[in-house]
Amino acid sequence: MTRHTLSVLVENKPGVLARVSGLFSRRGFNIESLAVGPTEHPDVSRMTIVVAVEDLPLEQVTKQLNKLVNVLKIVEMDTSVSVQRELMLIKVRAEASARSQVLETVTLFRAKVVDVAPDAVTIEATGTRDKLDALIRMLEPFGIRELVQSGMVALGRGARSITDRSLRAVDRSA
Amino acid sequence: MTREITGAQSLIHSLEAVGADVVFGIPGGAILPAYDPLYDSTRVRHILVRHEQGAGHAAEGYAQATGRVGVCMATSGPGATNLVTSIADAYMDSVPMVAITGQVPSAAIGTDAFQEADICGITLPITKHNFLVQSVDDIPRTIAEAFHLAGTGRPGPVLVDLPKDILQSVTSVLPHEIWPPTLDLPGYRPIIRPHSKQVREAAKLISASRRPVLYIGGGVLRARAAAELRTLAELTGIPVVTTLMARGAFPDSHPQHLGMPGMHGSVAAVTALQKADLLITLGARFDDRVTGRLSSFAPHAAVIHADIDPAEIGKNRTADVPIVGDCREVINELIAALAAEPRPDLEGWWRTLDGWRRTYPLGYDLPDDGSLAPQHVIERLGRISGPETIFAAGVGQHQMWAAQFISYENPYTWLNSGGAGTMGFAVPAAMGAKVGRPDATVWAIDGDGCFQMTNQELATCALEGIPIKVAIINNGSLGMVRQWQTLFYDKRYSNTELGTHPASPRTGVKRVPDFVRLAEALGCVGLRCDSAAEVDATIEKAMAIDDASVVVDFVVHPDAMVWPMVAAGASNDDIRVARDLAPDFDYSGDVEVNL
Repeated sequence: MTRHTLSVLVENKPGVLARVSGLFSRRGFNIESLAVGPTEHPDVSRMTIVVAVEDLPLEQVTKQLNKLVNVLKIVEMDTSVSVQRELMLIKVRAEASARSQVLETVTLFRAKVVDVAPDAVTIEATGTRDKLDALIRMLEPFGIRELVQSGMVALGRGARSITDRSLRAVDRSA
Repeated sequence: MTREITGAQSLIHSLEAVGADVVFGIPGGAILPAYDPLYDSTRVRHILVRHEQGAGHAAEGYAQATGRVGVCMATSGPGATNLVTSIADAYMDSVPMVAITGQVPSAAIGTDAFQEADICGITLPITKHNFLVQSVDDIPRTIAEAFHLAGTGRPGPVLVDLPKDILQSVTSVLPHEIWPPTLDLPGYRPIIRPHSKQVREAAKLISASRRPVLYIGGGVLRARAAAELRTLAELTGIPVVTTLMARGAFPDSHPQHLGMPGMHGSVAAVTALQKADLLITLGARFDDRVTGRLSSFAPHAAVIHADIDPAEIGKNRTADVPIVGDCREVINELIAALAAEPRPDLEGWWRTLDGWRRTYPLGYDLPDDGSLAPQHVIERLGRISGPETIFAAGVGQHQMWAAQFISYENPYTWLNSGGAGTMGFAVPAAMGAKVGRPDATVWAIDGDGCFQMTNQELATCALEGIPIKVAIINNGSLGMVRQWQTLFYDKRYSNTELGTHPASPRTGVKRVPDFVRLAEALGCVGLRCDSAAEVDATIEKAMAIDDASVVVDFVVHPDAMVWPMVAAGASNDDIRVARDLAPDFDYSGDVEVNL
């Protein structure tokens, strides 16, 4: 199955996340990641949803999503014409003997140490899915204590914005 | 001094302003504030039902018979959850409905308070949209939005949940002064006008087709496009099939009508779709009960698929020409576009179709023992009460026979639960239809199983002066399930015997319940008929009573089955006209159906 990234602009109202995620599950789709937050417009939130699904069912779920009254716009983010990033925090065992090797890995991946304890460090890393997976593989031998990921966020490349026209609709109604 | 009203008054004034004339409901703790101003309203009639499910189905019956948005009301918790079945039903059949529910006070939400249920969460997958009102000032706008959403685009149920404190607090927003309020629905933009390029493309396909079929669904009725459909059909000479949801959209007596397609459709309708080279699909959704095994459905046909809901197009069957738009607009544009195209040559196709129709008409056998054939009862009901009558059916065998053996000549005269298959739909839906169309004769055609689910609304009918007629097709069992047990479970009749017949073979008990006495207890006239000789006289007697509801217990043969039938999951090519009897299509020798 192919992985698709959808950017979904929604009204910033209570319950919208449940409407969107519920629709995916009841139509039989698994969400790989979902990230949501406000946009440059306070009345509009943006969800970035990653799903592994073939093209035809993707079209169906997109159409069903579009029918949700609180959904303003859906754009599929093609990896070749968009910037896709994920944030990850990893707590790794790093006793004195292994610490320098851990820090070397952090440098190689252009990640950052954001917390240090006598026997562990917490690393902040951003990047594409592939980069983060590679970092996880490199850190696994040291012992990963805890790991959290933000879910993918994505923006299209170039000057164009997907929010412009949708926001006008919101402004008109406000 | 500015005038202030309560949220409850705002709700009732908003219902008046939006034009709701009838509300079906039951009061209770959380919705109680709304019932006080409702008591004074001269423009909104409240009909006190006996179960909230009945309120929902009555609102559906009202909506389907009139084309207006139906309204039901219930209190929080169990009141609201009792509406769930009818909301799901309205969702599956695209019925415009607004459900208004009370909710526990805002501060108590989430605390498992008395009679609390997250009805917005519960109805999320079965409503077109729902609202939890959070400010008293928002009530008029929310009601306006709910009616707009329910009644436009692809219609459907919308729920408005009102916490008790919102109903009790005061506001200076007066519905009558601000009506119509500005709607705040930036994400809701139904597409009404079809794309003209797609329509031209469709017209070309139609003109070039040799074996086209107009596959008509309930969307044509929702778009109120029956007259336009007739124009299109007569302009092109193309045969028409009407699905269970579209019965009445095209006159059954019309020579171009092949009947209903699907699991219990006519041989001509089912086979026409199978052999077609073009399906002109208008407001239908390739439901599994129509297509049978999807991979073998209409294998030679190109598909034009027009629907107001873009998500229906390509959902089950790929469309060669997708058209998003309101069916009435689509049909009108098609008629205009076809003026520039030659009329298709359908002479050979019609010879084939007429052969199938002649050879395999709908029919039934009379029972050997002289007992009553259910199909005969239903056929006579249709004939005697006439084409203006509204019929509401329950779900099961009687529903299929009512779809097959009554000739529907007018739109909005056939109400049933098609998508959800909700047993118990008939009596409350008939009640709602009668409220919306008081001049029409309304018959509920019900089964003995269905009737026992919702017959308490006959008390509502009796007390509110809503005279409906109910024909119970009493075969003593859950007939459709029993039919499947006969065909697929070696006649092992597990839990389908109801004991409503004169002598129950399993229990030996007679007639529990006795429908005639039950009808009388509910303030209705009860009649019984168990022989063919009495059918007409009994129906006429029921027709003559117009000041009370009438229930007729038609005691029919227990073994009658619905035919034709395509078994679940089978291909439509394997249609059976009777048990182990397949049609012989070699007959259609003389035409250019080279398949």
